[in-house]
Amino acid sequence: MDTRIDVYPTHEIAGYPVRAGRPLPFGATLVPGGVNFSIFSRHATACSLVLFEKGATEPLAELPFPAEFRIGDVFCMIVFGLDVEEIEYGYRMDGPFDPARGHRFDKTKILSDPHARLLAGRNVWGAEPDWSAPYPHRARIAFDDFDWQGDRSPGIPLEDLVIYELHVRSFTQHPSSEVKNRGTYAGLAEKIPYLKELGVNCVELMPIFEFDEFENSRVNQETGERLLNYWGYSTVGFFAPKAGFAATGRLGMQMDELKTLVRQLHEAGIEVMLDVVFNHTAEGNENGPYISFRGLDNQAYYILTPEGYYYNFSGCGNTLNCNNPVVRAFVLDCLRYWAAEYHIDGFRFDLASILGRDLQGAPLANPPLLESLAYDPILSKCKLVAEAWDAGGLYQVGSFPAYGRWAEWNGRFRDDIRKFLKGDTGLAGAVATRVLGSADLYGWNQRGPTASINFVTCHDGFTLHDLVAYNGKHNEANGEQNRDGSNDNESWNCGWEGESSDEGVLTLRRRQMKNAIAMLLVSNGVPMLLAGDEFARTQYGNNNNYCHDTELSWIDWNRQKAFPDLHRFVQKMIAFRRAHPVLRPTRHLTGEVSSASGLPQVSFHGTRAWQADFSPQSRVLAYLLDGAQAKGGTVPDATLYIAFNMYWEPLTFELPFPPATTRWHVFANTGCPSPDDIFAPGEEPELPQQDAILVGGRSVLILVAR
Amino acid sequence: MKTEISRQPTHVLVACEGHIDGKTAPELQATLAPLFGEASAIVLDLSKVDYMSSAGLRVLLLVHRQLVAKKGRTVLVGLSESLTETMRITGFLQFFETQPTLAAVKF
Repeated sequence: MDTRIDVYPTHEIAGYPVRAGRPLPFGATLVPGGVNFSIFSRHATACSLVLFEKGATEPLAELPFPAEFRIGDVFCMIVFGLDVEEIEYGYRMDGPFDPARGHRFDKTKILSDPHARLLAGRNVWGAEPDWSAPYPHRARIAFDDFDWQGDRSPGIPLEDLVIYELHVRSFTQHPSSEVKNRGTYAGLAEKIPYLKELGVNCVELMPIFEFDEFENSRVNQETGERLLNYWGYSTVGFFAPKAGFAATGRLGMQMDELKTLVRQLHEAGIEVMLDVVFNHTAEGNENGPYISFRGLDNQAYYILTPEGYYYNFSGCGNTLNCNNPVVRAFVLDCLRYWAAEYHIDGFRFDLASILGRDLQGAPLANPPLLESLAYDPILSKCKLVAEAWDAGGLYQVGSFPAYGRWAEWNGRFRDDIRKFLKGDTGLAGAVATRVLGSADLYGWNQRGPTASINFVTCHDGFTLHDLVAYNGKHNEANGEQNRDGSNDNESWNCGWEGESSDEGVLTLRRRQMKNAIAMLLVSNGVPMLLAGDEFARTQYGNNNNYCHDTELSWIDWNRQKAFPDLHRFVQKMIAFRRAHPVLRPTRHLTGEVSSASGLPQVSFHGTRAWQADFSPQSRVLAYLLDGAQAKGGTVPDATLYIAFNMYWEPLTFELPFPPATTRWHVFANTGCPSPDDIFAPGEEPELPQQDAILVGGRSVLILVAR
Repeated sequence: MKTEISRQPTHVLVACEGHIDGKTAPELQATLAPLFGEASAIVLDLSKVDYMSSAGLRVLLLVHRQLVAKKGRTVLVGLSESLTETMRITGFLQFFETQPTLAAVKF
C-alpha cells in the first residue's frame, strides 16, 4: 500500500486524475503512480498538456494547466495512470503574437518538450516523414534505469588523449564495414576492436542529439540525388539521442543502445566526446517551423534584433540566447544530463564563441555560461573543447575565455601545418610554435599545450587524402555550382588534380599523408584524427560534405586493403606517441637546460646541428626533445630528434650528438618505402652513421636515442 | 499475451505467447511473482512471443533480479534471432542465461 498521500490525485482534468506537479526537474519524470510534467514559459498566458497515443495524428486528450498548477513561470502537473510506453506528449501554449516584442505564440501548434529525453518521429533513418503531421517531433517518456555495471570514465588525462572524429552513420553504413547493424550505434560498437588496434582512446561523435535529416532537404537537379541534413548540426532535441542512429530506434530503445555503446567503449579504454550544437536550433529564422522554443517562449530562447527578427551569428538562421539565465540553466542541465546519465567524457562545442555573446549579441568579457560550465561540479571531469569562432565574425582561437578548463580546436595549427606541408616557405618558425603546443596562443595565460586540440583535417573541409590530391574544392554534388565550402584549403594535389594512376604522384601523396600524420602525432597538445584518414578516405574533392547520405560520406573500408602501409603508419605513430611522454607535456617546453643531460628541454636544428633555419626561404625544421626532462623530469624517456624536410630535394641533416651512452635509432622515415618507413616502438634499427643523415625530399625523419 | 505455467520437479516452466509490452508486462510480472518461492529456477519459454517492447525487457530483468536475490535462476529459451539481437545491442542479453530450447537447459 502506498504510504504517501502525494501519490493520490486531487483533481480530474479531461478525464485524467492529476495533482499539482513539481517544477523541478523540467521535462517528464516518472514519479510513483504517474508522470510529473514541467515546462517553462515566462510569457505564455495559458498552457495545455497534449497527450497522444503513440504515433496518432489526433490528440488523445488535452489537459489545460489550472492557474494553481503554475509556479512562477513554470507549468507543472502530475498525471496518474498513464501507460507511459504508449503515450506521446506535447504542449500547446497561448500568448501574444507580437514579433516586434519578440513574441510568436501560436496556439494552433503543438510543441515538443525541450527536455524530452526520447523523441519519436524520425525513428528510422531516412524514412520519408509524413509532411502534413501536425506534431512531427514527438516527446516520449523515458526510463532512466540503465544498469551501468560499475562503468566509469577511463579518466584519461587530456594530454594523453588521441581523439578520433567520426559520424555514427558514415562510420559503418558502407557495406564494406561488414557489421551487422550498419550505420548505427550498435554498428560502431562492433568496430571497437578496430579502434583499439588503431590505438585511439577517444571518439568524438559528430552530432547525435536528435535532428531532422530531412530539414531543408532538396533534390540536386543535376544528379537527382536527395540532399539531406546529413551531418546533423541542427538540433531538434537536446536531451534525446538521434533515434535514426539506433538499430533499435523503431522500438524506441535508442537510449539503451547508445548507453551500451558508451559502456563498451569505456570497457575498451576509449572515451566518448560529443560534438554539441548549442549555437542555434532547427527552427531557422522567422520563416522556419515551430518545433519547440519559438512557440514556448521565443523572446527568452533566441537573440533577437530590436525589430524582433533573428540574429544569425550561427549562419543557420537563428542564435540561441545562451546567456539568458533560463537558457544558460537549460544548457547546463543538458550537459549534466549527458555526463551523468550517459557517462559522456567530454564535449566539443560547435561555434562556441556564440556561447560568449550577451543578450544583444555582443561578446562578453566574462561569459557566465562558459564560467558555469568550467566550474560545474557534475562536469568537473569532462573535457570541454571549443570551436573558438562563430559565423558572426568572432574569432577567439587563443583568447577563448578558458577558466583553466577549456581547450580549443586550433585552427592555426591546421593552417600552418598545411602550408608547410605543401612546401610554402617561411613557415619554419610558425611550425616550431605549432608542434610545441602553440605557446603564442596558449602560453601567455598559463593554459599550456593541452589547450590546443591539434588537427590537420576534420569533418569540415578536405579529408587527408583529398588535401594531397586536390588543389581546389569540387562541391558540384552539393547543388550550388561549387559556390559553397571554403576556398582556403591550403592543399596541394602533388601534380595532378584528383584521381591519378601516375605512380610518381601516388607515391608522393602517400608520403605527404604520412608526413601530415607524423607532424600531428609528434606535436605537443592533443591530436585529433578524422575517421578514415588512416586509410586515405576520399570525398573526391568535396570539402563541404554535409548533405550526402551516399558513398561520398560513408567510409569505404576496402581502402584499408588499398592503403595498408598508411594504416600501419598511423597505428605505429599513435603507439609512438603513447610510448613517449616527452611528446605529451602539460606545460610548454622551454630552452631550460637540464644539469642531468646538459640539453635544453627543446632545441632547434636545421641541416646543421644547433643551427635552425627560420629564414623566409626555409622549408626545413628539426628539433631535439630532451628525454631526461620529460614531464618536468619526473618520467624517464628517450631523447627524440625530429626533422621535417619539406623541400622537394633530399637534404643532408647534420645530427646533434645523442645523449651519452645512447645511439640514434630510426623510428620513422617517410622517405623510405614501407615497411622501412616506420618501426614498432622499441624495435627501431640503429642508424649506421650517427653524425648525419640524408633526409629525402618532402620527408619526415624521427630518431630515438637509446 | 497468454501464459501457461507448468510445474516440474526441477523448475517452473512459463510459456508466454503474444505481445509483451507496456500493457502486458505488469500482468507477466504479477504472474511470475508468486512463483518465486516455489522453485529455484524459472524457465521462460519466449518462442511464441512475437513482440517484446522496452517495458517488456525491463520486466524480465526485474524478475530476474528478484529471483537472483532469492538465490534463484531464470532461463530464457526460444528467443527469436531478432529479439536476441535487440537484447544484445541494448545490453539486456548479458544479464540472462539463454538456451535455444528447453531440452538444452541443464538443471
